[in-house]
Amino acid sequence: MEFNLSEEQNLLIDTTKSFVKAELLQHEELLEKTNNLPKELYDEIKKKSIEAGLYACNMPTEHGGGGLNAFDLTLVEKHLGFASLALAEIAWRPQNILMACEGELVNEYLKPTITGERKDCIAMTEPGAGSDLRGMKTKAVKDDNDWIINGTKHFISNAHISDFVVLFASTGEDDKGRNLLSCFLVDLKQKGVEVAKGYDCVSHRGYVNNILHFNDCRIPARNILGEKDKGFELMNVWLEATRLTVAATSVSRAERAFDIALDWSANRKQFGKVIGKFQGVSFKLADMATEIKLGNLMLMESAWKIDQKTLTSQDAAMTKLFCTEMLSRVSDEAIQICGGMGLMADIPLERIWRDARIERIWEGTSEIQRHIISRSLLRPLGA
Amino acid sequence: MKILVTVKRVIDYNVQIRVKSDQSGVETDNVKMSMNPPDENAVEEALRIKEAGKADEIIILSIGEEKSQETIRTALAMGADRGIYVKASNDTEPLGVAKIIEKIVDKEKPQLILMGKQAIDDDSNQTGQMVSAKLNWTQATFASKIEIDGDNIKVTREIDEGLETIKMPLPIVATCDLRLNEPRYASLPNIMKAKKKPIESLSAEELGIDITPRLKQLKVIEPPKRSKGIMVADVAELVQKLKNEAKVI
Ligand SMILES: Cc1cc2nc3c(=O)[nH]c(=O)nc-3n(C[C@H](O)[C@H](O)[C@H](O)COP(=O)(O)OP(=O)(O)OC[C@H]3O[C@@H](n4cnc5c(N)ncnc54)[C@H](O)[C@@H]3O)c2cc1C
Ligand SMILES: Cc1cc2nc3c(=O)[nH]c(=O)nc-3n(C[C@H](O)[C@H](O)[C@H](O)COP(=O)(O)OP(=O)(O)OC[C@H]3O[C@@H](n4cnc5c(N)ncnc54)[C@H](O)[C@@H]3O)c2cc1C
Repeated sequence: MEFNLSEEQNLLIDTTKSFVKAELLQHEELLEKTNNLPKELYDEIKKKSIEAGLYACNMPTEHGGGGLNAFDLTLVEKHLGFASLALAEIAWRPQNILMACEGELVNEYLKPTITGERKDCIAMTEPGAGSDLRGMKTKAVKDDNDWIINGTKHFISNAHISDFVVLFASTGEDDKGRNLLSCFLVDLKQKGVEVAKGYDCVSHRGYVNNILHFNDCRIPARNILGEKDKGFELMNVWLEATRLTVAATSVSRAERAFDIALDWSANRKQFGKVIGKFQGVSFKLADMATEIKLGNLMLMESAWKIDQKTLTSQDAAMTKLFCTEMLSRVSDEAIQICGGMGLMADIPLERIWRDARIERIWEGTSEIQRHIISRSLLRPLGA
Repeated sequence: MKILVTVKRVIDYNVQIRVKSDQSGVETDNVKMSMNPPDENAVEEALRIKEAGKADEIIILSIGEEKSQETIRTALAMGADRGIYVKASNDTEPLGVAKIIEKIVDKEKPQLILMGKQAIDDDSNQTGQMVSAKLNWTQATFASKIEIDGDNIKVTREIDEGLETIKMPLPIVATCDLRLNEPRYASLPNIMKAKKKPIESLSAEELGIDITPRLKQLKVIEPPKRSKGIMVADVAELVQKLKNEAKVI
């Protein structure tokens, strides 16, 4: 076990922090006030993130990506996650599921997504199928050399600025009558696809979700990712890592909230003393710092395990569960410590607190994580 | 043309400095260390000169304890070509540092030496000037603008009266001000490339230089706490307070 970071890892952190400080933080207020990320600003930051090598740093070097391993990527994601999500995600890391591209799909989708010429989004969730993805109703039916797709997806992040979607749809049933899923690449500008406005969300201002309607949308047969009916296998291989992205940003924002509370405790005076002198405040700080440290250790261990190819779904679930719930507790206590000022938009705490809320829901709700953990504990005992 | 840039590893400017309880110095254990900020400006300027096609090679020199090599690596990741590390105690005095730089200049023959105007740890603001004296080279301190023009160099300096622009033939020693430029951050591909760039390792003894301290540090103490400001009602009260309480007029 090695807990020290290498020279390069420290440099990666320095660069990411400098990027966040120089290019992102000054725009947070605009996003909070307008709930809108202007196109010109998006383009400018995107260009800079490509120059900095942060864009697509998760993708393999042979296709033009940054080639970071999971551990180094997690360091980058953590420090990018310090900034408001809509800004941090401009330094886009394409869905790693695109590495399943084969044949012509590599040049058509994978490579241009890495260079930033095209952008991907991912659609699994439907109005009737959230946690229970197997219940999805969107269907893909083979017709000669095409797939014909019908159905509706909702809560689809960033579809309005994406060129294509990694789409999961039902392609049949197994002998027990359970839905079988497959994964497709679908251009969003093509006939039969409608990208509609989504909902207004309490978390992450400026971060857009959309509703996608597919009406007899025809795509070529080769636009299937992986094998037909093997959609769940594909999810298991590629989507575990995105749970760590959520955990990484959660740790970073918890640290940000904590630092504000710590500073406040050391300077705010009541009853003739700085409030940090009261155990009612100082013990909160001690608990917050301990929880953050724990989250960080879980996060980095899980990232390390991805590189060792030993990460289990239980590991990923525990890390996602703990880090996101920890962020909620820490941001709530940070507000408590700052009193009335903690609620005011003058300092970023109320935002971190609002933004924390979604982290326990997307990429698998806390309950689903607990379900995964408990199942892996009990199943070997036959329960 | 070769440019030699010197970089020092210092406590990061964001860190709240704490004096050790035995008054022997400041706490450095578990404290974040970084490149001295004006040295970053020096590295940035060298990179810009090279990018403009006016220099061929940028050599980074750092003098200090082992970890100073990380600071060299940072400069290499920003884009410099190679590094020289000279092992010495971290509190080597400006004169000792100047002597080492003199030796490295003999060996590397740069035409331009870019340094920070001062290091934010001891704020000596002496090393550049001493290097200039040791080498008998022209010096341009507190540079806020640098232009290379053939064999000459034009430097705009910040002085008490405002800005002064001087033109000199190379070689020179310039010390850089924070206003000189906005240092870049290393891109990820450059960080990966920096891994493979060479850092030569030397020591003061190997170079045959005597860097034993000439000064003795008695103790390090915290500056007195600043007392709170006050509001005055009018100019008359202000003048009265400046005269009788602050005793500055
Ligand atoms: C802003 C935003 C952006 C999103 N972006 C995307 C995207 O880009 N692509 C995409 O595909 N999806 C996206 N999602 C969807 C997200 O992943 C889902 O919201 C999430 O999976 C939960 O599904 P649901 O909202 O339908 O809740 P439901 O599944 O309806 O859950 C409701 C409640 O029931 C609980 N529950 C459900 N099943 C169980 C069980 N078996 N045991 C115990 N409790 C249970 C849940 O934990 C939850 O508390 C996004 C969501 C949001 C809010
Ligand atoms: C929207 C809004 C409207 C308001 N409207 C009014 C109004 O109309 N009129 C009015 O007069 N006020 C109003 N208030 C003020 C409100 O009552 C105060 O915010 C509240 O009393 C807390 O004070 P504070 O914010 O200064 O926090 P602080 O008193 O600075 O407290 C900061 C933290 O220190 C803790 N703390 C302080 N002392 C101790 C101690 N001895 N031991 C342990 N912990 C301690 C607190 O519990 C808190 O966690 C309003 C506040 C808000 C946010």
